Amino acid sequence: MSSRETVLNRIRRALADVPVTEVPRDVPVDRCYLRRHGERTDEQSAELLAENLADYRAVVHRCTDAELPSRIASLLAAHGSRTVVAPAGAPARWLSESTGVERVPEDVTAHQLDTVDSVLTGCAVAIAETGTVVLDASPDQGRRRITLVPDHHICVVRVPEQVVDSVPEALERLSPQRPLTWISGPSATSDIELDRVEGVHGPRELEVVLVTS
Amino acid sequence: MSDAASFPQAARISVRNAQLRGNLRHATRTIRSKRARAVAELADWDRLRAAGAAIKDRTLRHLDQYLEQLEAAVTAAGGTVHWAVDADEANRIVTRLVKATGEKEVVKVKSMATQEIGLNEALAAAGIRAYETDLAELIVQLGADRPSHILVPAIHRNRTEIRDIFRRQMGAWGRPAPEDLSDSPAELAEAARLHLREKFLRAKVAISGANFMVAETGTLVVVESEGNGRMCLTLPQTLISVVGIEKTVPTWRDLEVFLQLLPRSSTAERMNPYTSTWTGTTDGDGPSEFHLVLLDNGRTDTLADQVGRQALRCIRCSACLNVCPVYERAGGHAYGSAYPGPIGAILTPQLRGTASALDASLPYASSLCGACYEVCPVAIDIPEVLVHLRERVAEGGSVTRNGARVTIRPAKGHAAERVAMRAARWAFEHPRALRAGERLAARTRRAHPARLPGEPWSASRDLPVVPPEPFRDWWQRTHGGKEAK
Ligand code: SF4
Repeated sequence: MSSRETVLNRIRRALADVPVTEVPRDVPVDRCYLRRHGERTDEQSAELLAENLADYRAVVHRCTDAELPSRIASLLAAHGSRTVVAPAGAPARWLSESTGVERVPEDVTAHQLDTVDSVLTGCAVAIAETGTVVLDASPDQGRRRITLVPDHHICVVRVPEQVVDSVPEALERLSPQRPLTWISGPSATSDIELDRVEGVHGPRELEVVLVTS
Repeated sequence: MSDAASFPQAARISVRNAQLRGNLRHATRTIRSKRARAVAELADWDRLRAAGAAIKDRTLRHLDQYLEQLEAAVTAAGGTVHWAVDADEANRIVTRLVKATGEKEVVKVKSMATQEIGLNEALAAAGIRAYETDLAELIVQLGADRPSHILVPAIHRNRTEIRDIFRRQMGAWGRPAPEDLSDSPAELAEAARLHLREKFLRAKVAISGANFMVAETGTLVVVESEGNGRMCLTLPQTLISVVGIEKTVPTWRDLEVFLQLLPRSSTAERMNPYTSTWTGTTDGDGPSEFHLVLLDNGRTDTLADQVGRQALRCIRCSACLNVCPVYERAGGHAYGSAYPGPIGAILTPQLRGTASALDASLPYASSLCGACYEVCPVAIDIPEVLVHLRERVAEGGSVTRNGARVTIRPAKGHAAERVAMRAARWAFEHPRALRAGERLAARTRRAHPARLPGEPWSASRDLPVVPPEPFRDWWQRTHGGKEAK
């Protein structure tokens, strides 16, 4: 007998008390929990997102679509970045005012990524209640490692289209077939005496730009 | 494991270690109050908790179906699924997979399942070095130590001890710590970052666990803080995930419950810094080869016990450790397995059986105060299972071991009984711990639901789940107080 069969047979014997006629949905799951915690206008959701992101020490900026290129340029300048990796689908105009900053393509090696100063991406959805941005590797977000190896991540969120209130609302918009990265603040650890320290392996600085169209 | 110290022996050592006790008390108190705040933010916490328990029950009652569905989905997405009946088989499978890549080292993200099966030791025996990359696991590994907490495995180490370990040991494993390393957490974290980065960048093989596996889609989920998980899941060419079969959830939608319950309950955060999900392999993004090793190792035996199987709902949040007065006094090492605290006291004797003195003593490592049940995000009635397992140790009976029904003899008069009595006495003789526990329980008892909505297993049985009487009375009644004197 294969181990697969052994395990499955053991499970079936272990569940001898479960009536053979029972199907999974006979086991009730009451989804009476809240779909979102409170009713908010779009602006209130954006504010809550900003507040919760900041609470986990992401740096939040707000601007209009027209201001975005200059805002990105000033963030890169303030960070002293000379190189920025941006995925193929990130609009060229995002970096149109970042003169003197070299745009690195996303398909460089991990070692090369380790020498890049910043990474610039969009996102798939952002969750106000938890202060989370979710990346799904779409063309404007790129493969997962580009937002992991560089030490400084600038993430653009379109308001209100990309903002949801809650975790249930976010999951509904996301495809399980795509590799997802949920990011809530910069990398952190509390492993030393439960003292929160920013930045162990992921980007130590996360800046989120909320762009209103 | 039969030569392992029993709970009271190990606990005594911990209690004598004032440093450990101080570190532990500080840490568990801090996280406890933070957690209460994070939970209080959600008005529907109790409903989420009931839904979490119900989803897990649904899964467990039809686990064979869900595992087959999961296997099909992972395979369709480009992954390869392996089945391991026990620890040895899992270790053999992983060793074979690593050897097939020709690599001599692997990076690992914290996984309780691989710790449970002793994977690092098995790999070492095959000449493969496994590098732990979680900061706490790194501290434990460099200190040639054992983890003592699910979430904060190095909770027993303070910053000065950590600095000394880094200074002394990092060089032997790779990039050494800077000479002038101080004990500030930020500097320690920076040293770990630099030490591990070179390993991540050259690693070809990674080994992980998973917090959840979605049967309908074949998606695996890893919840973490530091980013070492992301490194392991995305940089290497080959990813091997070793996951207990009970980590399955039926649908993508079910994650909406657990991704709310877990971060708040474990790290007391609205959301942990990073959560990664992946389904098989993705062209040009992440590992090109993905292996999932489904681990039984006593889980099906646990499933066969209608009272004890609720332990398989556990999502390893560690909230029960942080409220446990016995854990706070005894420390994590006293539990003698990968699973310390109240969950360890009910899981280990079921996964491994109660043949050894240690495992037989674990169900007694509790004052039955009920605080663990109160905080458990999937409503595992730990006191109920403890009482059930005590009965089994004391009176013997029919259990499932390695898939077969066997009858175990009552422990009365045997070494196991004496050890169990000592464990109980130990919990009993620490009145400060006990009183705190009883106070907590008294405060929370009214809030305990008599029975969870839609919880089929308890519906079919008579409860009183938490014995309504305090531990002292229970002890008097069941043991006549004789041995406790
Ligand atoms: S038993 Fe409950 S509280 Fe304890 S670790 Fe598991 S899920 Fe968390």
